[in-house]
Amino acid sequence: VSQFFEDIRIGEQVALGSHVFMPDEIVRFAKRFDPQPFHLSEEGGRASHFGGLVASGWHTAAVFIRLRVEQLNRQRGAEPPPPGERAPRYGPSPGFRDLKWLKPVHAGDTIAYSSRVVEKVELASRPNWGLVSSRAEAVNQRGETVMTLLGQVFVERRPDAARARSTPCPPRSPSSARSTST
Amino acid sequence: MADQDTLYWEDFVVGETMRFGDKHVTREEIIAFAREFDPQPFHLDEAAARDTLLGGLAASGWHSCAMLMRMIWDGYLHRTASMGGPGIEEVKWLKPIRPGDVLSAKATCLESRPSQSRSEMGIIKTHYEVANQHGEAVMTWVGFQFVARRPAAARAVAAEAEA
Repeated sequence: VSQFFEDIRIGEQVALGSHVFMPDEIVRFAKRFDPQPFHLSEEGGRASHFGGLVASGWHTAAVFIRLRVEQLNRQRGAEPPPPGERAPRYGPSPGFRDLKWLKPVHAGDTIAYSSRVVEKVELASRPNWGLVSSRAEAVNQRGETVMTLLGQVFVERRPDAARARSTPCPPRSPSSARSTST
Repeated sequence: MADQDTLYWEDFVVGETMRFGDKHVTREEIIAFAREFDPQPFHLDEAAARDTLLGGLAASGWHSCAMLMRMIWDGYLHRTASMGGPGIEEVKWLKPIRPGDVLSAKATCLESRPSQSRSEMGIIKTHYEVANQHGEAVMTWVGFQFVARRPAAARAVAAEAEA
């Protein structure tokens, strides 16, 4: 189900699927964005401390964002909003923190990605939007965590909730106006 | 290759800055990256992007990072004894990067220390700021880089040259 800011629960975890990093796509990404020798060829990787061809960390991160967007699109497609409602809008993102490349991603590795909601913040500056922070994790076929990051995304608030906030009347209940967490 | 032009860990001095660029951003590459990795409307289509927080077509933030990575490579990493990077402390996407933008970068070395566990390398922490052609900061990035230490032979040669 597509979720407005109000529907998202802290602690919610979602499996995003996995991706096999084939040598040719590792090299193709590296040629465009990160042509360090150990990302460009098996020989270059073998001559380095990595011992073989490894994916650019930015490639590992880019696949995460693709799986994340695909998962959001699947949610939208699987369950269209009820009559009279529309799907919430997501994004963009103001940035991320604590991106860690913990282990190399070698050619042929299968990397499974997941994301867990860790924080929700209401925004005084953008009353129709909230900021959701999620901890992403990428794990290889041996169960080793290869990457983690703390991402952020703007998520639209429920239109009825936004209207309630913008009316000059007092809030309907004393606790409804500005409470942050779930 | 330990030639004279190679930058080793010892060559990165805290407080020193480097400037590099320019990088011209095209509509085609914004859309190509978005199709492959970040297919959200504001990275794919001008009309769909107009009604979003970005107010028009803009590069994916992850594309911005990949572009800066390439700028860093072209700027100095291609002649640096890089041993990869352990991660990024923080990236902020401050303003949209648009088709036609011309990006330049400024790198400032924030910290430098030898590796505790691996004597052959050191770690540097760098602050990057990317600006567009209007001089507006569009992105900042604080990250870490592993760099090989200057080989002992090269150190001896350098010491001799100074004597």
